[in-house]
Amino acid sequence: MLFGMGILRGLGVTLKNFFASYYKKPEEGGLFTVEYPEKRLPVKERFRNFPFLVYDTTPENMRCVACDICAKECPPKCIYIVRDNDEAGRPLKKPAIFDIDFTVCMNCGICEEVCPFDAIYMDHEFEIADANRLDALLYNLPDLLKPNDYFQKIRPNDAAQVDARRLEAEEKKKAAVAAVKTQAAAKDIKPE
Amino acid sequence: MDQLFVNLKNMALHLIGVFAPDWLVSLSSILISVGAMTFLGIFIMMYLTLMERKVIGRMQNRIGPNRVGKWGLLQPVADAIKMLTKEDIVPEPADRLLHFLAPVMIVIPALLIFAVIPFGRNMTALDLNVGLLYFFAMSSTTTMVIFMAGWGSRNKYASLGGMRSVAQMISYEVPMVLSVVPVLLSVGSLSTGKIVEAQADLWFVLTPWGFFACVIFFLCGVAECNRSPFDLPEAESEIVAGFHTEFSGMKFALFYMAEFMNAFSIAALTATLFLGGWQGPLLPSWLWFILKTYSLLFVMMWFRGTLPRLRADQMMGLAWKFLLPLALVNILAAGLHLYLGGPAGFASALIILLGSFMGLSKVNRSYVPEKREYVLAD
Repeated sequence: MLFGMGILRGLGVTLKNFFASYYKKPEEGGLFTVEYPEKRLPVKERFRNFPFLVYDTTPENMRCVACDICAKECPPKCIYIVRDNDEAGRPLKKPAIFDIDFTVCMNCGICEEVCPFDAIYMDHEFEIADANRLDALLYNLPDLLKPNDYFQKIRPNDAAQVDARRLEAEEKKKAAVAAVKTQAAAKDIKPE
Repeated sequence: MDQLFVNLKNMALHLIGVFAPDWLVSLSSILISVGAMTFLGIFIMMYLTLMERKVIGRMQNRIGPNRVGKWGLLQPVADAIKMLTKEDIVPEPADRLLHFLAPVMIVIPALLIFAVIPFGRNMTALDLNVGLLYFFAMSSTTTMVIFMAGWGSRNKYASLGGMRSVAQMISYEVPMVLSVVPVLLSVGSLSTGKIVEAQADLWFVLTPWGFFACVIFFLCGVAECNRSPFDLPEAESEIVAGFHTEFSGMKFALFYMAEFMNAFSIAALTATLFLGGWQGPLLPSWLWFILKTYSLLFVMMWFRGTLPRLRADQMMGLAWKFLLPLALVNILAAGLHLYLGGPAGFASALIILLGSFMGLSKVNRSYVPEKREYVLAD
């Protein structure tokens, strides 16, 4: 073994990589860098970053009923909800204030898991950096509300499951209502 | 095209000569050369940093800087602005004079060396008849300045780096100077211009002694300018940044500048001494020179992208136990080649060199203990 042969072999490896970086594709061992702001990797469906509120058809038709479960379960307590009242002061089934402080949120996704009304889900939005840490990162109800179509778009599998479950529940409810009606009707007919 | 820059300078001098007295013309002739050298030194350094980052990036399957300007071409400018605006910190116990002088003085020899480098036909700023001696004298003063920086910082890491640097540079100076002796034997002059002209027919690297001398000179040169794999004086993982640990901002940039300019002059001198300097067909002479120099600089970056840092004893061993004997044998081989001449001389030089190379490899082989065999009890 002559002096320096191992070094020459090592130099060969680096030179091969040097030239390969110019003409080879990433799969063949070329450059695999994705230059982020211009190009980006596709986001995985289960990727989760910050919650949003789902509404059907119009923003007034939001699924949230201001039950406050997510606010109670939230570990860093970043959700703040105030229930809406009508003119007579009776509580309505929707929030008047729904704030999420993104500086506090830790993206755990517990709000999504505990919500019994399928109203809150984790988003794919991650470029929310802002120079103002007080107002810009405190998201209010209008910022949080997003249509069901958006949910379908970013998480097609999850959204399909949720929609199927909701449809089933609705049909069950209708059937139950119908059954109650027929029962009541039968009771009425019974002469006694 | 060949004399482009020479003609430009003459044109400028003629223009000055129209309205200025003779002494001003000769003064401006000097100033133009000096200005060109200084500007070239800074420009080369700036773009060598970019080239180094790009080349090493590609070798490591990265892209390298490409954000500032097209292909990152403005990156050195951005770096310079950043360096200039950084805070200049002088440690309290430091020797303020030495700490201030070291970064200033380290650039001076690096720039002075440029004077004797023949950048092309008729393009040596100062064709000294002792050009090569001047080069060695100038490049070895760098050692003193580096030790000055290490000592003046009053920092243990910096002193260690300075001492390592002195040990390394003095060791590698010896085989470096000896490897040039065959060239002097063959040319009979220390002038860099004469050495280039002597290679009109045959580059020295194509002779057996020339090849070995070229490799020895280049390796020693890499060690002289503290580049990887011989970057012990500034080994990040061991002694922070070595002698320039305590320098920040522009002072740090000056050390970097000197290092890159030294690397350039080592590559330029290797090209001059062994690769025929500006000699070459078709292309203009200065382009040939730049091509050769930058290929050698690429090799330096290639080394850096490939090799891990040597241990101190390995580095010393390479200089004293391998390169020095080989350089001495090389002088004998060159003498034989020149004395006998023709194929007989060529063959004898080749045999002597290859024989001693193999012999030295055998002697220098590191001790690997035999693999133990363990017999397990039943």
